[in-house]
Amino acid sequence: MTEYLRNNADTVWLALQEHVWLALLPVLLGFVIALPIGYLGVRFPALYHPLVNTCGVLYSIPSLALFVFLPVVLGTKVLSPVNVVVALTIYTVALLARTVADGLRSVDPVVVQAATAMGYRRVRRLAGVELPMALPVILAGLRVATVSNISLVSVGALIGIGGLGQLFTRGFQLFYIEPILVGIVLSVLLAGLADLLIVLVQRAVTPWTRAV
Amino acid sequence: MITFEDVVKVYPGGSTAVDHLSLELPTGKLTALVGPSGCGKTTSLRMINRMVTPTSGRILIDGEDVAGRDEAALRRGIGYVIQHAGLFPHRTVLDNVATVPVLLGKTRREARAAAQELLERVGLSADFAKRYPAQLSGGQQQRVGVARALAADPPIMLMDEPFSAVDPVVREQLHREFLRLQEDLGKTIALVTHDIDEAIKLGDRVAVFRQGGRLAQVGTPRELLAAPSDDFVAEFVGRDRGLRGLSFDSAAGLPVRPVDGLLLDDAGRPLGWPGDDGPRDTGGTFTKDDSLRVVADLAIRSPVGIAVRVGPDGAADGLVSHHDLADYLAGRRS
Repeated sequence: MTEYLRNNADTVWLALQEHVWLALLPVLLGFVIALPIGYLGVRFPALYHPLVNTCGVLYSIPSLALFVFLPVVLGTKVLSPVNVVVALTIYTVALLARTVADGLRSVDPVVVQAATAMGYRRVRRLAGVELPMALPVILAGLRVATVSNISLVSVGALIGIGGLGQLFTRGFQLFYIEPILVGIVLSVLLAGLADLLIVLVQRAVTPWTRAV
Repeated sequence: MITFEDVVKVYPGGSTAVDHLSLELPTGKLTALVGPSGCGKTTSLRMINRMVTPTSGRILIDGEDVAGRDEAALRRGIGYVIQHAGLFPHRTVLDNVATVPVLLGKTRREARAAAQELLERVGLSADFAKRYPAQLSGGQQQRVGVARALAADPPIMLMDEPFSAVDPVVREQLHREFLRLQEDLGKTIALVTHDIDEAIKLGDRVAVFRQGGRLAQVGTPRELLAAPSDDFVAEFVGRDRGLRGLSFDSAAGLPVRPVDGLLLDDAGRPLGWPGDDGPRDTGGTFTKDDSLRVVADLAIRSPVGIAVRVGPDGAADGLVSHHDLADYLAGRRS
């Protein structure tokens, strides 16, 4: 494995870089899109169940089908990385919109009322009270979405864009186990590292959850 | 002064929470709103800071209709304390207290410095400042809740069952501290409680509500105990209201008989009543500053049916039997 790495350092490095941005850019985009959608699901309670159902359906679409189907809808080239980014963003939104809604619903209504009675207006209350209190739930969802994206990127290799996944296809084509092993180890390491980073951020921004 | 002018609140679905309420809450006084559950006392309270909008009628603060005020601005000028305190779990005690001053535009540093002083004022030491609400006991949380409501020094405070979630011993202590605080601050306070004893103890005035959101009677605690307006109020106030009413009467005017038969030490302080096995405890003593309720209690508990009065130096200076007390009360009534 080390010999393969030494001889193919450039290829592996490029694949790893591609893997990182293909997985994490959708997390960022998905999070930004999911925030207002999740909020609407709480602000207008009638929207909550339709939201949950839609998210469930979206998440159940097979990724490969989405990768192949998106160019038709978006008019992008079949080999464009945009397809992967859009597909993974859809999955992230499906996971996080519900998480954001559930996080906001987990906030004690008594505390929200107290905030209102002290003179918070809606937007400031959301930013200063409700979102911070929902963070533990939202960040837990973010961990799932991030790890899920890192593993899904590899599927993109079947349509030619897949970061470390390309090491798998290469290994299969050449009946050669080394690149497959390297790909597996690196994606697991990447997922573990991303998860750890989020946990560290969570510890830093929600010190109150550990205060008992 | 807070004025309710013929206020009605009917909830969608037709249930009447508040039924033609007209009530004045005088400036600088604590008015207790008391009644059984479902009597509209909390709804009335929450109409003052516009958390609930009346169906008809007006609520005025110093003559100005609250309906014309910006909601958030109005609320920032009114302290708000609730049961279980409702503290922000994600903020430290200090930042909880600093909340409203920060909303009003103070810098975080200024607000924190003022919050630190307030914490001491409600009896919490400086080491509580950095803790989170989950790390405090119920009584401590409630103190923080009061400090948070006082932080912007609002002239008005609304308190909804502020002391009912803590155990009786802590409640007693919070009551005492709160009365001392209010004596200093003189806020205009509306306090909702279902506990008539709490209302009588804390209220300068007590407004008794009955089911269906109607005001049954409003008056000083003494008036309420002496002359309940109807059976509902009489029952709500309690069967021992005669005895409890005595707590508003001073023992200063009560005639005493000379000290006789009591065992005294060299300085004239009571040792007890003579008994076969040595002196029998008097069960305590009273002074001119105590209430008639204390005297009655002492006379009942005394082994000889006589309460002992002492002067400032602790020396016995008079005796009152329960007959004397009964005669005094009968004479006062006629």
